[in-house]
Amino acid sequence: MNLIFEIGKEGRGLSLLPKCDVPQTDLPEKFKRTTKLHLPQLSENEISRHYTKLAGRTHGVNDGFYPLGSCTMKYNPKVNEFAASLKGFTRLHPLQEEKYAQGALEVIQMTENSLAEILGMDSFTLQPAAGAHGEFTGLLLIKSYHTDRGDTKRTKIIVPDSAHGTNPASAAMCGYEVISIPSAEDGCVDLDALRDAVGEDTAGLMLTNPNTVGLFDKNILEITKIVHEAGGLCYYDGANLNAVMGQARPGDMGFDCVHVNLHKTFSTPHGGGGPGSGPVGCKAFLADFLPGARVTGTPEEGLKLVGAPKSMGLVKEFYGNFLVVVKALAYILTLGKEGIPEASANAVLNANYMRVKLSKKYEMAYDTTCMHEFVMDLAELKHRTGVSALDVAKGLLDYGIHPPTMYFPLIVHEALMVEPCETEPREVMDEAIEALLELYDTAEKDPEYLHGAPHKAVIGRPDELGAARNPVVRYTFED
Amino acid sequence: MALLFAKTHEWLNDLGDGVAAIGISDFAQNELGGLVFVNLPEPGDEVVMGETFADVESVKAVSDIYSPVTGTVLEINEELLDQPELINDSAYDAWFIKVENITEHADLMTEDEYKAFCETEEA
Amino acid sequence: MGSYVPNTLKERDEMLKEAGYTSFEDMFSCIPDEVKLKEPLNLPSGLSEMEVARKMEELADKNTVFKSIFRGAGAYDHFIPAIVNSVISKEEFLTAYTPYQAEISQGILQSIFEFQTMICELTGMDVANASHYDGATAAAETIPMCIDRKHKTAYVSATTHPGVVKVMQTYCFGSNTKLVVIPSKDGLTDMDALQDALDKDPEAACFYLQQPNFYGSFEDAEAIGEIVHAHGAKFVMGVNPIALAIMKSPRECGADIAVGDGQPLGMPISYGGPYVGFMAATSAMMRKLPGRIVGETTDNDGNRAYVLTLQAREQHIRREKASSNICSNQDLCALTASVYMAAMGAEGMAEAARQCMAKAQYLRDELKTAGLYPVFHGPFFNEFVTNCPVDDGKLLDALAKEGILGGLPIADGSILWCVTEKNTKADIDKLVAIVKEITGKGGLSYESNF
Repeated sequence: MNLIFEIGKEGRGLSLLPKCDVPQTDLPEKFKRTTKLHLPQLSENEISRHYTKLAGRTHGVNDGFYPLGSCTMKYNPKVNEFAASLKGFTRLHPLQEEKYAQGALEVIQMTENSLAEILGMDSFTLQPAAGAHGEFTGLLLIKSYHTDRGDTKRTKIIVPDSAHGTNPASAAMCGYEVISIPSAEDGCVDLDALRDAVGEDTAGLMLTNPNTVGLFDKNILEITKIVHEAGGLCYYDGANLNAVMGQARPGDMGFDCVHVNLHKTFSTPHGGGGPGSGPVGCKAFLADFLPGARVTGTPEEGLKLVGAPKSMGLVKEFYGNFLVVVKALAYILTLGKEGIPEASANAVLNANYMRVKLSKKYEMAYDTTCMHEFVMDLAELKHRTGVSALDVAKGLLDYGIHPPTMYFPLIVHEALMVEPCETEPREVMDEAIEALLELYDTAEKDPEYLHGAPHKAVIGRPDELGAARNPVVRYTFED
Repeated sequence: MALLFAKTHEWLNDLGDGVAAIGISDFAQNELGGLVFVNLPEPGDEVVMGETFADVESVKAVSDIYSPVTGTVLEINEELLDQPELINDSAYDAWFIKVENITEHADLMTEDEYKAFCETEEA
Repeated sequence: MGSYVPNTLKERDEMLKEAGYTSFEDMFSCIPDEVKLKEPLNLPSGLSEMEVARKMEELADKNTVFKSIFRGAGAYDHFIPAIVNSVISKEEFLTAYTPYQAEISQGILQSIFEFQTMICELTGMDVANASHYDGATAAAETIPMCIDRKHKTAYVSATTHPGVVKVMQTYCFGSNTKLVVIPSKDGLTDMDALQDALDKDPEAACFYLQQPNFYGSFEDAEAIGEIVHAHGAKFVMGVNPIALAIMKSPRECGADIAVGDGQPLGMPISYGGPYVGFMAATSAMMRKLPGRIVGETTDNDGNRAYVLTLQAREQHIRREKASSNICSNQDLCALTASVYMAAMGAEGMAEAARQCMAKAQYLRDELKTAGLYPVFHGPFFNEFVTNCPVDDGKLLDALAKEGILGGLPIADGSILWCVTEKNTKADIDKLVAIVKEITGKGGLSYESNF
């Protein structure tokens, strides 16, 4: 279809601004733009239709099942959107004096307190804008702590080889050397490898639990103990919190700091990749290092913003992605203490239901009770039929189902990782199970068909090699 | 020209006068698939035997390239920076770097030995 | 209590059995007892939708919504065309994830490609991403792009927004990078101090300049860029996207990288977020760019297609060797900016920029008659600093009582004012009248030395 620059005509536009009601001024010549600025010239009708077309070429959670592992693509409730559209939130300047923003400060305080209870932490900051940003902030807490104690020899962060790529990348951004430890046969932390890795140079450990293969690490208390005994701190990557919220708390597992993804666990929409929100929580001994202005006091006596005494500084302007926080608070208020464990229990149930039904044909990477997601290993299928995890994923597109996460975690080579979420009706999962089983048969009977999939999408498989070798990353105008 | 090969799939060509060219084998480029970018060191940089001196990117992977020798980079193949596909097209012409002042080198294989080695790798 | 679980209790029981469990407790036996939560969470019980809506409205009502806003400093109250909200509310855009599966994400991918193009047009650059959380984090992420074995120190002008400097400092604390703040002189970057600092440092990596700067003033960006380049460092500019409709682009000023906050492009101020940070660069810097980049290609039938490209730079592939951990792509905000720019067009944006300038000039002139004089004297965009001869709290409270959010008090009793196209002459006159009451300047016309 056409790009927005290829429609419209010279001279078209909307009537948006009134005439200027004060005397005109002129920009000094020295600062004036000399090159032409090409932006679309369209009527409102054309803009509306263009984006309606683009929306039609996009698959969201509302278009169908989206079992994208490790991304928690749950339904995004509408009351959250209602709350975030209130003028009392959207028309609020971030530098308004505290007395004019008491409601916003109360939203922040309520959300921080709720998250602290759910995670078993003492304090939270809502400043980080995404999961990776939360990791960065959490690691800076660890760095601030060691630095403050004059313990400068702790230069290493331990990360399991099954971790999300953001974990080692965040550690590197914090100036740490990354020590990657292999996973044990069962996909969990190899305790011996961990014992070998820790020492006087250990700043901390980054861990997801349940881990990236969807299993709850039964040795979790032993793991955090090993790291603590070596003088390191334990960081909990909350990517998989949806499996355990209301069932178990990282704070009780021995973790010192955590991040959570409001855009996963707390139902705020992903928006095609953002904006998200990645609040960071910590135990009391780390709270003095938290970034940004902290809400203190009570609503009755008036809430105030005060910086933490040994604050690391700012990881973002202002107070984080505030409207995303508003949506998450609406969700927490809706679920309450009963709804939160109900959500996680059903997320885990749905995953195990699909796992058991799919294991009729598909090989499971770890054939045991999973948490909110599970990993299928298609290596044997690929070896036998030539049909890869990618081919099956592309085949699923023709069923109107978003494929599971492919090729992650890296420790399973032909991985398809399925996370159904608690918000899916049983019959939607049944249809997806049917589709996946049918694709398995197709792989055996007609592998060529799957190599060519998808057959019904708006485009066929794109030439990614060509795109990377000769990058075309913007439209070029003729004049 | 008799190429020698490392177990990490680099080739080395002794150009005489203490200078050697280094690239990656045809087996390696085939395994890596279509390459889209190469990160090379700069002339004058030290390379160390067994340590990485460059990396190559395919669409969805990045792979380290290890130096079979210790020495100083004399020259880099700038053509590869613009046309990494040359490595896929002709791996033994697409040298990455030329190295001088070589002080040590890894145990290297002849072409026949390397072919046999790759067969065991494939199996 | 609210719940978004569709399956009935009966269905859940059936599913448990089919999956081989006798109960939820049985299924959760994979969690060791020692870490299982024994008590319910100490949270209130869940609420119905009506109760939640009411509670959220109550919270929103506790905030003061000002009828007119004369405060900027990183969050700008511009006009937002109605089409913007209509487009970004479409559920497909709202609820999708990062477009990993290109075949069913062409809409999002194309919209990002269009955003990249528009940002390149504004900045004059060759490549842009849609990945940053805000302008400050985008600014901080330019530093590792410029650091290598021979270039190690980063520089930033003291005329930069203090929040941006703080974020840069925090990122540099992480990466163990030395960051030096170049002082200001008369509200502008002290170019002699910059020259001196760079003369003494053979390892200078980059210099960050905000244009217009924190005080609203125009810096001599081209001359500064020349100094920076003469010392082998990269020139990074932080820019206001609306001002760019009429101003020299960073490319024209010689910048290697341009960043900024996209908030003025159709995003409400929303107590500080979400916004989007944009980043654009010359093609020479393309592979250093962090985050997601969309490229145009073809599918297996030769049709035009869009994909995430140059991915081998990123964290999911390079892991600890990636130059950034960024994984998001701030797509919904980027889409907001795209729709805004499409609706405004080049002429609409230029008109908004011209009105910002003209109205700011008008307020500045009028405030003189009320006894508030400009602190700096060069050309400026839509923000400027005045002194405040009375207690600023008293002044701002008097304005607030009339529904006006006044300027931001900054160091040593001065106020940073901001005017946008949304502020009418009537709003400005009303503001000035209230200021006059507080300063006791009556209706007198007052000729100042300024």
